[in-house]
Amino acid sequence: MTKATTADRLCRVLALAVALLVVGCTPSRVIPPAEIRSGTTFGADDLRAIAADEDANPATLWLERGTAIWHEAPNDGGPTCQSCHGDVEASMHGVAAHYPQIDRASGNLLDLEARINDCRVRRQHAPAFRYESEALLAIAAYVARASRDVPIQVAIDGAARAHFDRGRSFYYTRRGQMNLACNNCHEQNWGRRLLGETISQGHPTGYPIYRLEWQSMGSEQHRLRACLFGVRAELLPYGNDQLVDLELFLAWRAQGLPIETPAVRR
Amino acid sequence: MAAGDASAGVAASTAASTAILGRVRLSAPIAAGVPFEVRVLLRHPMETGFRHDELGRPVPRNVIRELVCRRADRELMRASLGSGISANPYLRFFLQVDADCELGFEWVDDAGARGAERVAVKLGAAG
Repeated sequence: MTKATTADRLCRVLALAVALLVVGCTPSRVIPPAEIRSGTTFGADDLRAIAADEDANPATLWLERGTAIWHEAPNDGGPTCQSCHGDVEASMHGVAAHYPQIDRASGNLLDLEARINDCRVRRQHAPAFRYESEALLAIAAYVARASRDVPIQVAIDGAARAHFDRGRSFYYTRRGQMNLACNNCHEQNWGRRLLGETISQGHPTGYPIYRLEWQSMGSEQHRLRACLFGVRAELLPYGNDQLVDLELFLAWRAQGLPIETPAVRR
Repeated sequence: MAAGDASAGVAASTAASTAILGRVRLSAPIAAGVPFEVRVLLRHPMETGFRHDELGRPVPRNVIRELVCRRADRELMRASLGSGISANPYLRFFLQVDADCELGFEWVDDAGARGAERVAVKLGAAG
């Protein structure tokens, strides 16, 4: 090996390190702000009509259950959501737009479902709702709906930064038998067709969401697992740290798009 | 109005089944002799009977097989549903009345689980 090539390599490594450092300090979004679009805009008109009509939107059934959970004391008589927080439209307005978020008490990154369960265990002294249970989807949808039309805006500084970086690295890592990374579809091919579907940009604006395919409500983690299944990658369990980190990255990526819970998708 | 009143007027359901949640809304305002729209949204998986579980065993069919709408004891509408209806069925139909009254809705699935809802119809008022 000659001196010249060694120096050349050193230069390249240094350049790469500097580039990474710059990227690391000020992350920039691949999809420019002018082109950012909610998944709702990729669907059909009839889906938007269902989502907009509370009588026809099946999520209404979950929202009614969420209303009941908000107002009822857990079995062993802890406080209700209502008794601490008051009216949901006032107290929870905009809250869902800022999740996932670092929990000040524990330093953990919590998504909205984890936050609700945290409150349930610590303040209501009740057992946590199981992930993807009807009750958790119902109360999460009820809380998230209070943020309708509020632009997504998550913090990625401080303790959140490491989670953000891990989420971003997960997003850009090829995985599964299909050997696909999230960006291969949702940044490089959005707007094009994949079988009967138009590939969306993958912004988490409407969760928990009603999907006709599931014939049920589902959480964002449900959707992420469906994508992992689609590329035949390892299915991460609900509540897995990597999924929450990815949720944070996706929320940052969708910054400025309004919350649309409860949205309807095919 | 009707919300949170799903168990009113239902005969006690069998031990194995819980009441099937449903939601009934009327278009407003309602005038005497003018058809108004009834919207019924039901919470049900509408299991077709054509699916198999993870172990390959057939999942038995269980769909909401009937929905009845009554005014007092008079039957106004009866719908027979089958396995071609999606989960969480949404039904819309029209009725007309001459005076204030109460409508009773009742639905039952193949497993015998029931649900019911009562809705007051007030002429000129919002549904």
